[in-house]
Amino acid sequence: MIAKLFLTLAAALLAALLFTPESFTEVFRPLTHNNAPPIYLQTSLLRLTLSHLALVGIAVTASTLVAVAGGVLVTRPAGREFLPLARTITSVGQTFPPVAVLALAVPAMGFGAGPTLVALFLYGLLPVFENTLTALSTLPPSVLEAARGMGLTRRQRLWQVELPLALPVILAGVRLTAVISLATATIGSTVAAKTLGEVIIAGLLSANPAFVVQGGLITGLLAILIYEAFQRLESWSAHRAGLIRPQ
Amino acid sequence: MIRLDHLSKLYSGRAVVEDVSLTVETGQIAALVGTSGSGKTTLLRMINRLVEPTKGRVWIGDTDAAKIEPHLLRRRIGYAIQGHGLFPHRTVGENIAIVPRLLGWREAEISARIDELMQLFDLDPAVYRDRLPHALSGGQQQRVGVARALAARPELLLMDEPFGALDPVIRAKAQDDLRAIQRQLGTTLVIVTHDMEEAIQLGDRIAVMDKGRLLQFAPPSEILTAPATPFVEALVGAAERPFRLLSLSTVDALREPGEAPGTPINPDTSLREALALCLWEGRAALPVSGGGIVTLAALQARAEGASR
Amino acid sequence: MRFALPPLSALSPTGLLFAATGAIGLWLPLVQFKPNRIVAGQGVDLIAALPGPAGWAVALGMAAILALGLAAGRGLGLRLGLAVLGLGLSLFALGLAARGLMPEGNRMARVSPAAGFWLQFLAFALMATDALARLRPGIRTRAAILAGAVAAGTGVLASGWLDRTSVMIEYAARAEMFSRSLWQHLLLAFGSLGLAFIVGLPLGIAIFMARPLRKPVLTLLNMLQTIPSLALFGIMIPIFGWVAAHVPGAADLGVAGIGPFPALMALFLYALLPVVSNTWVGLSSVSPAVRDAALGIGMTPAQVLRQVELPLALPVVLAAVRIVLVQNIGLAVIAGLIGGGGFGSFVFQGLNQTAMDLILLGALPTIFLALVAGIGLDLVIETLSRQKHRSTP
Repeated sequence: MIAKLFLTLAAALLAALLFTPESFTEVFRPLTHNNAPPIYLQTSLLRLTLSHLALVGIAVTASTLVAVAGGVLVTRPAGREFLPLARTITSVGQTFPPVAVLALAVPAMGFGAGPTLVALFLYGLLPVFENTLTALSTLPPSVLEAARGMGLTRRQRLWQVELPLALPVILAGVRLTAVISLATATIGSTVAAKTLGEVIIAGLLSANPAFVVQGGLITGLLAILIYEAFQRLESWSAHRAGLIRPQ
Repeated sequence: MIRLDHLSKLYSGRAVVEDVSLTVETGQIAALVGTSGSGKTTLLRMINRLVEPTKGRVWIGDTDAAKIEPHLLRRRIGYAIQGHGLFPHRTVGENIAIVPRLLGWREAEISARIDELMQLFDLDPAVYRDRLPHALSGGQQQRVGVARALAARPELLLMDEPFGALDPVIRAKAQDDLRAIQRQLGTTLVIVTHDMEEAIQLGDRIAVMDKGRLLQFAPPSEILTAPATPFVEALVGAAERPFRLLSLSTVDALREPGEAPGTPINPDTSLREALALCLWEGRAALPVSGGGIVTLAALQARAEGASR
Repeated sequence: MRFALPPLSALSPTGLLFAATGAIGLWLPLVQFKPNRIVAGQGVDLIAALPGPAGWAVALGMAAILALGLAAGRGLGLRLGLAVLGLGLSLFALGLAARGLMPEGNRMARVSPAAGFWLQFLAFALMATDALARLRPGIRTRAAILAGAVAAGTGVLASGWLDRTSVMIEYAARAEMFSRSLWQHLLLAFGSLGLAFIVGLPLGIAIFMARPLRKPVLTLLNMLQTIPSLALFGIMIPIFGWVAAHVPGAADLGVAGIGPFPALMALFLYALLPVVSNTWVGLSSVSPAVRDAALGIGMTPAQVLRQVELPLALPVVLAAVRIVLVQNIGLAVIAGLIGGGGFGSFVFQGLNQTAMDLILLGALPTIFLALVAGIGLDLVIETLSRQKHRSTP
């Protein structure tokens, strides 16, 4: 109940910040000094948010598709040889700092949205891949045996049994990826990508805390709402997969 | 009819099943019994080609199983396993519909079949059809598992320890139901079990396996009275044997004229139960409903005769 | 002479991946030659980059290793040895190319590793990883391998073989600042970890003992995690600037709105959640039977906590150390953006000047630190949880 109220408030606050930023002028004024502007106006907050979300959305979609395909591949007989390597890469790869991955993408890609997209994509692969692997390798053996015994083909088993049952765990991986990407994308503005990081950096450069708080607040609210949306999706899919007993 | 013709399975040179031949007549139940690692499950799985035989053939009617695409073969053969293997994300009705859908039945036909089977297995379609498996009890799940295996009217049903996950009380009931339904449908049934009791209860013939070899393939009474090898004898359990034999016949067989006090027992009661009742209540004779009695002396004589 | 191609089944699929990666690496330019450190350079491939027949020799050597890796079912030890040899060869080629290509006396020119080098290195690193993953070495062997790899890396850098490559030239020009940045980076990562433990451990114990505190504390810490790092670092500056200026004595304690202090505080806040929640989870996972037994033999609740519950919760608490350390080594890079020092200063300076070598000088050591911390702590946690399982059957 309280959680629901809190989420509604978060959504309302986010909408207000994006659609009528001027109405918050007096709220942010105490954070400024020397008559600095309290609200970031160089680019509209809404446009930055949309571009931020687009960047994250594209990267997360791409990494989800590639990582799920990869997870399926290494759990098939044809790709099983890659399993030990894939496991090690995912556990070691996740220790790579996202900022360093972003910085390293710049020499290869130049400045702009490109390196940010590549870094988010690469970094986002790991959680989804790891969860896909876990989910596909821990399915109930009796269900798989029954599916084979009833004459489902490999493809039918994958699409009708394995993926639907693995979905909740895969979604948890996508949630992790989405939340990390949302935060990392702000750093993309240091390499000239259009994201909410632009507002924060403008605040850092002009020593205007109002901008820093604005950028941080919007990104934080987005993260909370996306996290929550994914959790709903997960429990819905777990319920559909018959994995959770209704209380 | 199903015929296994010199079947062998080798894993890296080691024989798990070695040169097994046997025939199960249409409408009969064959029980494969053995300890774990005896090769009984591998033998069963070679019938629907979940395991490919290294040598030998499987004939289903006049068809060589090796000549059919494995997944098409499996759609013709019912398959039920321990722990039922129901798809947790599909409702009871959808689970039963899996093979008919794969075979391209019409929806109306599938729907009618679901209701028919659920009624046969004592599950009210109005209540259970749209439930997910986890909302069912263990016994109900097991029945749905068997119903699903029978959905496409297979000529042959394979079962691998189908009652293994059930508690003993429900198991006996499930066995009785299975036997009745099998008789009614006339399906040929091959069932794997490690429980000799279950094999005797269900099998028209019992195949005893050990270390990949078929030791004996015979009707239960023959397995009990004339075990082919010491291993078979041990599996049957020498001490238990007379009592097991008693469980094969009913009181009707030993009925003699006379009168005895107490509530009459049903003529279908097994001799074993009758003996147990006599010993338990310390009585010399029991009345049988429809007239006559069965005496403790006759029961004991039958048991001793069997042990010789 | 006739060669028979081996049947496809005799080829190792992973070997194919490594061979393809390595082959592309051999084909692409090994290094970039730049007249000065800012302008885009010109790619030079392996054959041209090395003097005389050396290029051919190295290329053939690498090709031979990749080809041997193709055969399925070779000994894993042999594969590992070959991969390490390949890694050595690619570093040898890089150093030799830099020595040969750098004009004598020219202090402006740069020879940077290019796509060819990176792909070769990647191919052999993957080959080594694959062999190691299949060998499944025990904890001690893995610890020895980690130590050996760190020693080998340090040895190669100390030997001076790579001194003429661009990254090392950038390093030479900033050797003093590099070691200062290293210490700052370690101070930020470990300092925030230490602070998080001083505050987080008692807090974790508190929410374990006082149930009503749990939800509000964890919710608050969870919300802190949703603030993007850039904003959290940024907002620390005015907050602590104000504190330093207005709270008497604060400035004397080192509180400041500039320098590493705001960054340290931001990292500390991020570190709190893993420490608090793992402490709580670790304590809750101690079996009630053990707790009862301890109380039953007459221990006071404080003794139970110190002598029974905390030791049993140790592996879970250590897992938090790993999470925090790996995460904060990475996040400490952001400190470079707000003047907090650390390797991030190189990264962001490099981004500003579009000096790619400077970016590498900041990013590579950061990745190295995070990797060593992650793998090393994994080993410690595994050792401890095994001991725990052995002692409580």
